Amino acid sequence: MRRSIVSGVLALAALGMGTVAIAASDEPELKEQHWHFKGPFGTYDRAAAQRGFQVYKEVCSACHSLNLLSYRNLEQLGLNEAQVKGIAAEFQVPDIGDDGSAIERPARPSDHFKKPFPNELAAAAANGGKAPPDLSVIIKARSGGPDYVYSLLTGYVPFDQLKPEQIKEFHVTKDDNFNLYYPGHRIAMPPPLADGKVQYVDGTKNTLDQQVRDVVEFLAWASEPHLEERNRTGIRVILFLLALSGLMYAVKRQVWADQH
Amino acid sequence: MVATGAMAAVGAIATAWPFINNLNPAADTLALSTVEVNVKAIAVGQAITVKWRGKPVFIRHRTPEEIKEAEAVKLSELPDPATDNSRVTDTAKKVRPEWLIVVGVCTHLGCVPLGTKEGDPRGEYGGWFCPCHGSQYDTSGRIRKGPAPKNLLVPDYLFSSDTLVKIG
Amino acid sequence: MASQHGAPPVFNNKVVAWIDHRLPIFSYLEKEYHTFPTPRNFNYFWNFGAIATVMLVLMIVTGIVLAMNYTPNSELAFDSVERIMRDVPSGWLIRYMHMTGASFFFAAVYVHIFRGLYYGSYKAPRELLWMLGVVILLLMMATAFLGYVLPWGQMSFWGATVITNLFSAIPVVGDSIVTWLWGGFAVDNPTLNRFFALHYLLPFIIVAVVALHVHGSNNPLGIDPKGPQDTVPFHPYYTMKDGFGLTVFLIIYAAFVFFAPNSLGEPVNYVQANPLVTPNEIVPEWYLLPFYAILRSIPDKLGGVIAMFGSIALLFVLPWLDTSRVRSCTFRPIYKWFVFVLVIDVLVLGYCGAHPPEGGFVIASRLATIYYFFHFLVLLPILGKIERPLPLPPSIADAVLKKKAV
Repeated sequence: MRRSIVSGVLALAALGMGTVAIAASDEPELKEQHWHFKGPFGTYDRAAAQRGFQVYKEVCSACHSLNLLSYRNLEQLGLNEAQVKGIAAEFQVPDIGDDGSAIERPARPSDHFKKPFPNELAAAAANGGKAPPDLSVIIKARSGGPDYVYSLLTGYVPFDQLKPEQIKEFHVTKDDNFNLYYPGHRIAMPPPLADGKVQYVDGTKNTLDQQVRDVVEFLAWASEPHLEERNRTGIRVILFLLALSGLMYAVKRQVWADQH
Repeated sequence: MVATGAMAAVGAIATAWPFINNLNPAADTLALSTVEVNVKAIAVGQAITVKWRGKPVFIRHRTPEEIKEAEAVKLSELPDPATDNSRVTDTAKKVRPEWLIVVGVCTHLGCVPLGTKEGDPRGEYGGWFCPCHGSQYDTSGRIRKGPAPKNLLVPDYLFSSDTLVKIG
Repeated sequence: MASQHGAPPVFNNKVVAWIDHRLPIFSYLEKEYHTFPTPRNFNYFWNFGAIATVMLVLMIVTGIVLAMNYTPNSELAFDSVERIMRDVPSGWLIRYMHMTGASFFFAAVYVHIFRGLYYGSYKAPRELLWMLGVVILLLMMATAFLGYVLPWGQMSFWGATVITNLFSAIPVVGDSIVTWLWGGFAVDNPTLNRFFALHYLLPFIIVAVVALHVHGSNNPLGIDPKGPQDTVPFHPYYTMKDGFGLTVFLIIYAAFVFFAPNSLGEPVNYVQANPLVTPNEIVPEWYLLPFYAILRSIPDKLGGVIAMFGSIALLFVLPWLDTSRVRSCTFRPIYKWFVFVLVIDVLVLGYCGAHPPEGGFVIASRLATIYYFFHFLVLLPILGKIERPLPLPPSIADAVLKKKAV
């Protein structure tokens, strides 16, 4: 029995190996936030996600695509069919006309989100050589997930507030955007958000912090739309298995009664 | 012991279900299960073809003569009897005889009948003619002659306005 | 236990009897999995072979269903996986089950291997079973490597590039072999497409090798059963015990699938493969880390490749490296501690493999690699000869009853 525990611990330790994150020695710790969707009972704050969508639409979508989502997915955030149709129709998407020529037509809910640039090369050319990454799975694609994106978007330091050691160590010039959390600290994207940038329709105070939180909530949903179903199913499965294992143990003891 | 077996069986079925459900149409397939068409540009006597669920759908703006012809046919003459009226009613029970919407797949073996484009042969009954085995459909899309057993299928459709119809 | 060629089992059901008379599958099942005399003293380590088999079936079933929606083309692969996650009914669940299942399959197999090492299950007459097991491990590693490339993320692409590039270390023909593997001049669409075909194929070869591998059993005492007092029928004793162990294992598996499905992976694999940008770290999945560490610990490229494959190849000859007359470490008071040292050594190797080869990690991985080879090539042969084992009990029943009396 003792051996089973020891090896069980070792097996779990072995599993844990994979979770070793490589923390840089001199990098600031990410600003850990409380997120509505964290933990086994996490859900998405729909109101926040809708505001986040507004932030994406008005600010981020100019440069960042959201390729893997379709407009119809927005119904999951609480918008109804008519609203989604209306939002989609605001965008002109490329298509092929009846005569085979390239045309533009209003998007339908079944279309994927419109791309700001036709391809990766155009995106890079329009942005100083570096294409802005697609945001569909950005929360899962970065170590630290939502905390990283939150820290990044609130982690800009203006040039005149930098310490001389920072300027020297990271070779920062006046034209660079310095971000505390971006690897290498010089990020191609200028600070995208500021207090009061997006006017919220529900009257929520549009501080930088609020806008960043909301867009992170939206992007988290975009990365993992089935999270709530996953959590729900998980709790049911584990409770079921716990009950079943209890019964199986009883059966096992019963079967082995004459041997023990 | 029996309770355990029953519970294990329930667990097995509950586990099997997501795998079976996995083969059902995906969300993006379902999103394309309806198509909305603006029919304003279709002149009287003209017809167009749209794609719906991977199949062609004929939308014909019928002339008054075509409508009269379709309504005059005796049901006993039809291999697959159906009134013209029943074939031009949308899901809100509104009848628009000038709009005939049928799935352009011959009910014999699945070819696409001719008769939608200008200059296409329409067969003896003024509707559609299937070149594969000679089935002939009338101005209501009903089978009149040939091997096809059934009329051209009328899909569910709904006119949200006089010019906008949602098929499927 | 020798098979009894007594009267064949009689089936009351007429249909079953009709089939069995022509194709004795029911007799076979009856013999191997019902009445089979199994040592009565198995501990819970013996569950892991059955657990591994269940995981293999689970991986195959989830894999086939995923293959119904996956597109093995470099332009479409990443998006097809995301489509499975978003649009395909229960696709997210099956994908996470497959992803996490790979880790748990390896975890079960590693515990199963530990059992073999500790209790001397590789010793006569089970040398062939052990070697078939090493073949299964190799096939699993190949399957896992091929499978990881399929989502076409950054780590998929660069992991494939690094590992296929290893073959260029082979003198004279190395570069040609790499071009042949790639089907081109770099990892690209031809590589992805063929990796998919092979990834789909290998698991069925694993099934065939498993079928040969599942023959008889050792036991914790390492002494042969001498009669029916030493054994119990496989069903219901071990079917129920395996069922219980499996359920507990599935609880831990479910916890990862539903609440931490990405914790065992690398975030950077959610970035689509880019041949022009290399990620900061290139690391394989956790279950390949010890071998990755051995590979990197040798400064020479060819030497590293030889060391890595050698570390698995020497497992094949383990039955002949171990000179001890006693199977189970229960009766080997000195060697048993070295088995634990080996486990810690492999964990150290894994930890080093997860980190860039800098500073302390270099020394640690070299020392750990040296110990690994020392353990098998030097320690085992010598210790087997000079160690004085504890006295073996006369029989399994004796040992079990003595324990009961205490």
